[in-house]
Amino acid sequence: MKIVLNKDAMLIVKEQDVVPFRNRVKEYAVKIGMSLVNQTKLITAASELVRNMLKYGGGGQTLIEVITQGRDSGIRLTFIDKGPGIKNIADAMKDGFSTGKSLGLGLPGTKRLVNEFDIKSVVGEGTTVTILKWKHG
Amino acid sequence: MKADLSKLLQRKKKQILESWIQHQLVDETLREDLMSNEELREQSEELVNALLKSLSDKVFADADAPELEPVYEILAGISISRARQGFSPKETGLYVFSLKNALQEVLDEEAKDDPQFLYDSIKRINKLMDNLGVLTFETYIKGREEVILRQTDEITEISTPVIRVWDGILALPIIGTLDSARTQVVMENLLQEIVNTGSTIAILDISGVPAVDSLVAQHLIKTVSATRLMGAECIISGIRPEIAQTVVHLGIDLSNIVTKASLASALKYAFGLMKLDVKRIQKDIKS
Repeated sequence: MKIVLNKDAMLIVKEQDVVPFRNRVKEYAVKIGMSLVNQTKLITAASELVRNMLKYGGGGQTLIEVITQGRDSGIRLTFIDKGPGIKNIADAMKDGFSTGKSLGLGLPGTKRLVNEFDIKSVVGEGTTVTILKWKHG
Repeated sequence: MKADLSKLLQRKKKQILESWIQHQLVDETLREDLMSNEELREQSEELVNALLKSLSDKVFADADAPELEPVYEILAGISISRARQGFSPKETGLYVFSLKNALQEVLDEEAKDDPQFLYDSIKRINKLMDNLGVLTFETYIKGREEVILRQTDEITEISTPVIRVWDGILALPIIGTLDSARTQVVMENLLQEIVNTGSTIAILDISGVPAVDSLVAQHLIKTVSATRLMGAECIISGIRPEIAQTVVHLGIDLSNIVTKASLASALKYAFGLMKLDVKRIQKDIKS
């Protein structure tokens, strides 16, 4: 059973919001005692998803949660945008696939960086991505 | 007989101005260090003049009336200049709202015998002055934002120095996040400096970059490719262990770029490329 200990929301509307958001995530990661490598992985994943949200979804809402499950604790991040949605999620999760001009590593790379990854998208309504990184993951 | 509010106020201009300035002078938020009393009087007079001139029944009813535009302009100018001079938002806001007090005082006196007229007039003045107050605030914040934007530009400018560490070797320490705008500045500075100095090796040091995500990596790859097109070799240094792991997990391929853990090892590698050798001098000890 996952228990949410702490919840924090942040609105992302412009590129200048990326760094403050990353710092906020880092703060929580440090607070629960996450190792430096895992911190960096989580922050990179967060940065990746936030940029996606800005680029394709026109910004949106983020949620930072501190989670415990048994003896383990971790950080769960949720990214909700009301953009155009992703037509084919299977394609978007492939390495090197991009509808923009990027490397196409954002989504699949993020999935490799975290412990749990969930993406839901409805065309025309928006996309929600949830990731979870355990302290010792 | 119903008196005309605009006419009444226009007639009482001098009194309003005096009362307003008096209000400001006794107020504790008066900042004589930032603005002299003469300047304050001049500014206030200009605003009162413009405001009273534009007053009419139409203006009271419609806050967007074109007659009010000159007033808005003067007010915007005042609050922007106050934002730059370092007035606090409270001081700037009170400046405008104290005019409301002055207007009301004059009205109190003039319409003592006609409570209905007094009530109506005060209501209308309140509405108009609230509008002006909100506008002051908006422009004040805009003025502050401009200051912030200018500082952002300055930071971008100073944070991308290109250093000549050796004849033919350039180093470029990057501190902070690499976004598109930043990359553009970095790349321009670097390429220009390669031309200016005729260097053949450039070292990009990313020790100060907190996280390398795929966008940052893409920008790095672009910079390296551009440098190569100029005929120079580009080395990326300052890759920390946690960054290395993250980059691998993300699946970013940096294998055809020369990367080093520290600036020192990058410099050593550069010396190797230039066939230079750094040696400790053996002192001759003559016994």
